[in-house]
Amino acid sequence: MTQIYAPRAHEDHPPFLYSDYKSTVKRSPSHDLISIVQTLTETTGPGPAWVDLSDDDADLTTNAGTGGEAIGQRSIITGRVLDEDGNPLPDTLVEIWQANACGRYMHWRETAFPAPLDPNFLGVGQCRTTDDGEYRFLTVKPGPYPWGNHPNAWRPAHIHFSLLGPSIATRLVTQMYFPDDPLFALDPIFQSVPEHGRDRLIATYDHSVTVENWALGYRWDIVLRGMAVTA
Amino acid sequence: MSSTARGQTPSQTVGPYFTMRLSGEGENVLTTPETVGERIRVEGRVFDGDRRHIEDALVELWQADSSGRYHHPADDRTDVPLDPAFSGFGRCASDFQTGAYSFLTIRPGPVPHPNGGMQAPHLSLTIQARGMLNPTFTRVYFADEEAANAADPVLQSVPLARRSTLIAERVENTDSSVPTYRFDIRYQGDDETAFFDV
Repeated sequence: MTQIYAPRAHEDHPPFLYSDYKSTVKRSPSHDLISIVQTLTETTGPGPAWVDLSDDDADLTTNAGTGGEAIGQRSIITGRVLDEDGNPLPDTLVEIWQANACGRYMHWRETAFPAPLDPNFLGVGQCRTTDDGEYRFLTVKPGPYPWGNHPNAWRPAHIHFSLLGPSIATRLVTQMYFPDDPLFALDPIFQSVPEHGRDRLIATYDHSVTVENWALGYRWDIVLRGMAVTA
Repeated sequence: MSSTARGQTPSQTVGPYFTMRLSGEGENVLTTPETVGERIRVEGRVFDGDRRHIEDALVELWQADSSGRYHHPADDRTDVPLDPAFSGFGRCASDFQTGAYSFLTIRPGPVPHPNGGMQAPHLSLTIQARGMLNPTFTRVYFADEEAANAADPVLQSVPLARRSTLIAERVENTDSSVPTYRFDIRYQGDDETAFFDV
């Protein structure tokens, strides 16, 4: 029986165990994954039908609902969700979360980094891709922030992306980075990606997305697993 | 592939802060009063290689409805009814203190296998966490479906010694008014949960 979806390209993804990122050491599987003939369980998924209950939206600069605006460099993040053959993937639920412009997350576990919170910025948003596979968020550029992996460790500025696309097989959670970040070389989470795939996580500055006197524009396309090639 | 072929976007960890967005209140309850089927509770804990609980795992559940139909366009069988009051998806963050997760859902119906025959009733779980650079995929089968489990092609493809890691046992839970199944998720070691390359 032929597979419906092309294989997960393990060579393009990080390994499970990447010891420079210390938390992977005890949280990675030690047995080989077991291959499976894809069934309806794997070729279906929540993307098209599931409606998230939260009431936030794609404008993170105002969706805190305070009436105020988030502080930071206003930024438009847009792009298309595609499969490996370049086909747009409509109806994909795209959810994002991020630190504020100072690098501080609005999360109860973030207590170590003495950067200010922004009461007008929750750092969460969602949208669905259009028929062309396009998503679009208005947010502020997140700041880098320190973490405990090793001495003086700092994460490059990034936005977390979750994609509930066509199926369980295409499930993806990843992080989008901004161009030319000096912290790339020092970040084991970014470096865990095989070298040939790292550029795929970096947005491109796009002046055609930038809005005059308003916000800078970044473009970032996301590619999910495509269909298997049928002979 | 066509000339527009491009590579998959690499996976990255969900990190410690995903609960800001990914597992809101009530997202681990899949049933509404209108949902058809026998209510069940599935609960368990997530453990790392030292068998310490993982305090920040994201567990996502996907399953068929009580008739075995998926709420998805790729399941276009017209001879199996679709329950409009059941999406089949839920998600739950593990408890910070205990690593526990739980879902309130319905017992799924059997789903066909592409090589013929039926799969035993099962749930699909996708687990992610800080320290996991990729998602891990597993399946929950039910201990009281012995005959169906014995005929399930996916379960039977798992080495015998590891098959029990995919079987949820019925447990007594005085806090739960519905049949409750326990399914722990373990990383590393001889009793590591079997994870699939889906």
